[in-house]
Amino acid sequence: MSGKNNKIKTGITVFFIILIAIPLGMNISSWWESKYPVEQNREESLDRYGFFLEEISESAGINFVHQGPVLDNQLDHILPQVGSMGASVSVVDYNKDGYQDIYVTNSNIASKNSLFKNLADGTFEDVADELGLADANKAGAGVSMGAVWGDMNNNGYEDLFLYKWGKPELFRNEEGKGFTRITEKSGLPGWVNANTAIWVDYNGNGLLDLFIGGFYPETIDLWNLKTTKIMPESYEYARNGGRNFLLENMGNGRFEDVTEKSGLTGNRWTLAAAAADLNGSGYPDLMLANDYGIDEIYLNNDGASFESAAGETGIGFVPKSGMSVAFGDVMNQGSLAIYITNISEPGFLVQGNNLWVPSGRSAGENLKYRNLAGNMGIALGDWAYGGQFGDLNNNGSQDLYVANGYVSSEDRSEYWYDFSKVAAGNISIIEDARNWPAMNGRSFSGYQQNKIWINDGAGKYREVSSSVGGALGLDSRAVAYADLWNRGVLDVIVASQGGPLRVYKNTVAPGYEWVSFKLTGTESNRSAIGAQVKLFWNGRQQLQVVTGGSGFSAQNQLPLHFGLGKNPEIEKVEIQWPSGKVQELDTPEPNMVHTIKEP
Amino acid sequence: MELMTSIRNFRIPKSYTPPLLITGILFAAHISFGILDSYYNLITAVVSAYVVELILHRLVMGKWRNMSSAYISGISVGILIRSTLLWPYALCAMISVASKYVLRYKDRHIWNPSNFGIVVMIVLASDYMAILSIQWGNNMWAMLLIWIIGSISIAKIKRFHICATYVVSFLALAVVRSWFTGDPYFAEIAPLTGPMYQLFVFFMITDPKTTVDNRKGQYLVAFSIAFVEMFFRLNEAVYAPFYALFLVGPIAMVVDLWLKDTKQQENKVLARE
Repeated sequence: MSGKNNKIKTGITVFFIILIAIPLGMNISSWWESKYPVEQNREESLDRYGFFLEEISESAGINFVHQGPVLDNQLDHILPQVGSMGASVSVVDYNKDGYQDIYVTNSNIASKNSLFKNLADGTFEDVADELGLADANKAGAGVSMGAVWGDMNNNGYEDLFLYKWGKPELFRNEEGKGFTRITEKSGLPGWVNANTAIWVDYNGNGLLDLFIGGFYPETIDLWNLKTTKIMPESYEYARNGGRNFLLENMGNGRFEDVTEKSGLTGNRWTLAAAAADLNGSGYPDLMLANDYGIDEIYLNNDGASFESAAGETGIGFVPKSGMSVAFGDVMNQGSLAIYITNISEPGFLVQGNNLWVPSGRSAGENLKYRNLAGNMGIALGDWAYGGQFGDLNNNGSQDLYVANGYVSSEDRSEYWYDFSKVAAGNISIIEDARNWPAMNGRSFSGYQQNKIWINDGAGKYREVSSSVGGALGLDSRAVAYADLWNRGVLDVIVASQGGPLRVYKNTVAPGYEWVSFKLTGTESNRSAIGAQVKLFWNGRQQLQVVTGGSGFSAQNQLPLHFGLGKNPEIEKVEIQWPSGKVQELDTPEPNMVHTIKEP
Repeated sequence: MELMTSIRNFRIPKSYTPPLLITGILFAAHISFGILDSYYNLITAVVSAYVVELILHRLVMGKWRNMSSAYISGISVGILIRSTLLWPYALCAMISVASKYVLRYKDRHIWNPSNFGIVVMIVLASDYMAILSIQWGNNMWAMLLIWIIGSISIAKIKRFHICATYVVSFLALAVVRSWFTGDPYFAEIAPLTGPMYQLFVFFMITDPKTTVDNRKGQYLVAFSIAFVEMFFRLNEAVYAPFYALFLVGPIAMVVDLWLKDTKQQENKVLARE
């Protein structure tokens, strides 16, 4: 009997040791991978992953370094975190020369924004000063946080909306030759502490409207604080942020605030927004990523108003720290999944990014989503900001680039412990900046590498940033894609807080084909923002949408780029225009940009 | 009449107070604030704890046992672990329960099971998970309600003095920490207003199986946990209370059991004489 008992005890002890050995073994494996990282090798990367990214900013004449905001000195002790945003990138062909240009914002008083004109010879020239778009960061008017381009007057040239912690600005594009500041007569709000704005024709009348998401309340001037109670009232349940604005385009360079009427009132800490017709109603719905709380999805009531569907769709229940919104047909099912970035810091806070995939049976009014980020391997980023879908290797599946990193200071010791003390605190403690421990030059989830996840087309993503040349360990914020030299590949542009702008030239392995569609609305808004293109080829399909801003403080090029893989045979293309018209193209040629005008 | 008498005489067994309390707190918090990332995580943790408890207890003791202990371990893990993956919930629950059958002294387990499991996971699997460390909502009244209901329930099983000693020690030692670090006092006491501490205070340091028996010892142990925690906090360990209990709890148990055993031996000798 005693012998049997001993055997049982030994068995249980072995079982216990095995349980403990599981995480220990995984730790050793992670340590090994970090100690011996995969070398970057162009040929091997092309062979294994189908693409390679080469950083070419300097040789292309781009020497932009972002400057972060310096705010009221009552916030000095935590400035690196409260002033941690403002690096943005938006892509536009502002002069209609057929080459995509790059606009980036700066965020310190007297610093200048830059518009890098694509000279089509592999280099760029900063023309922001010359065109009147540089000098936007002034004392008393706040500093830039991001910019979005859209043809608000349908004259064929994209106009610029600049959102700030401060006075938002509107610039009319004078046929690519210059810009006229029309802020004063435009009816824009006087002050918004915004970190996101998008162009969206919410009522389908052919005029682009503006949505602006507030972060800090608009009553706060961050350079002249009347109170230090400006922080979120809770780390995950805060509703004391800035208000949202929906500004309807009246067609004469003026906008009218229709927020109340539209039902988009809210005071969450919105960091990102994007719009697309998610339920097939013909009108764009709105997805908001909110920091310190749940994300929100608003379904469009036939252009009259919006209705929150956060609970019904399953999206808005678990509060996290939403930073970015991007749409992608991740499984080539002809429907858009929604990717929201959040915060994950091993050992401290593991929220995980969300990939909201429409569940198989849901459609229309019964729209429901499931979070498949974990299943597909794209949940664990780090302290993530911008995320964008795009087919980086032209294999016909949507890959994903995610910017990571919060505050990288010279002192690499972590602020997480101090942060965790107040983040757990009650409203009376957390909302007052004076209660926050001083950062004293320490880092806070800094020195993190951006993620490049490639889609295997079978439901799994694989992280390859160390192998494909795109490894970047700055405090990256915004990511945008553009085919900068019309080569049929998506190049990558990354803006980092307090860091240099990085442009990556993409090389795709031979044999991987592509097709691109540049849309021009007639009855719809001329930028075709909101148009959805569904491509059918080789028995596959993929849906993409033209957006007036997506990711975090970013905007991709307006033309839609589809990778096709090898030996493609395109069957047809369906274009759903914002006006409601549906256009079908039969067997368009691959490997070219198709310019399509709304019939 | 008989029915009324039965209802009047109905009493919830004391051993069910902690499971009922933790379930109440969990569902109130989830319905109000959606604190669970997913029900699957919670179910995984509870089922894993149940399975290991059932099998190991049957193997060791040769009979089935009351599952309230496994339930608390599972549900504590389900609430406290934060991961995008399911396996950390299962593994932590299994390690927690299995530790009771392996890490024993004088036939008693000496670590609080979920404390042991959580510390092992923090140390060895932090790449894949974290511990709940933020507020449930921002409503002061909700927080006070949990403290009040928790205190009353714990008082019923005569363990409130342990919680009170720890909380008072934490608040007092926060003055010392604030003085050392230069951080505001409110920042030092802020964690105590969060749910991680509510679970720690009500369910971990009061666990009857892993706390010393005599009242003076309980005061001393509760203070010692807060005292050791202070050093972990000064070294910026986010999960300082778990580490402190992990060290102090078993030492206190070993000393207590050894003293009891020695006393029993002495009594036996005296009786023989």
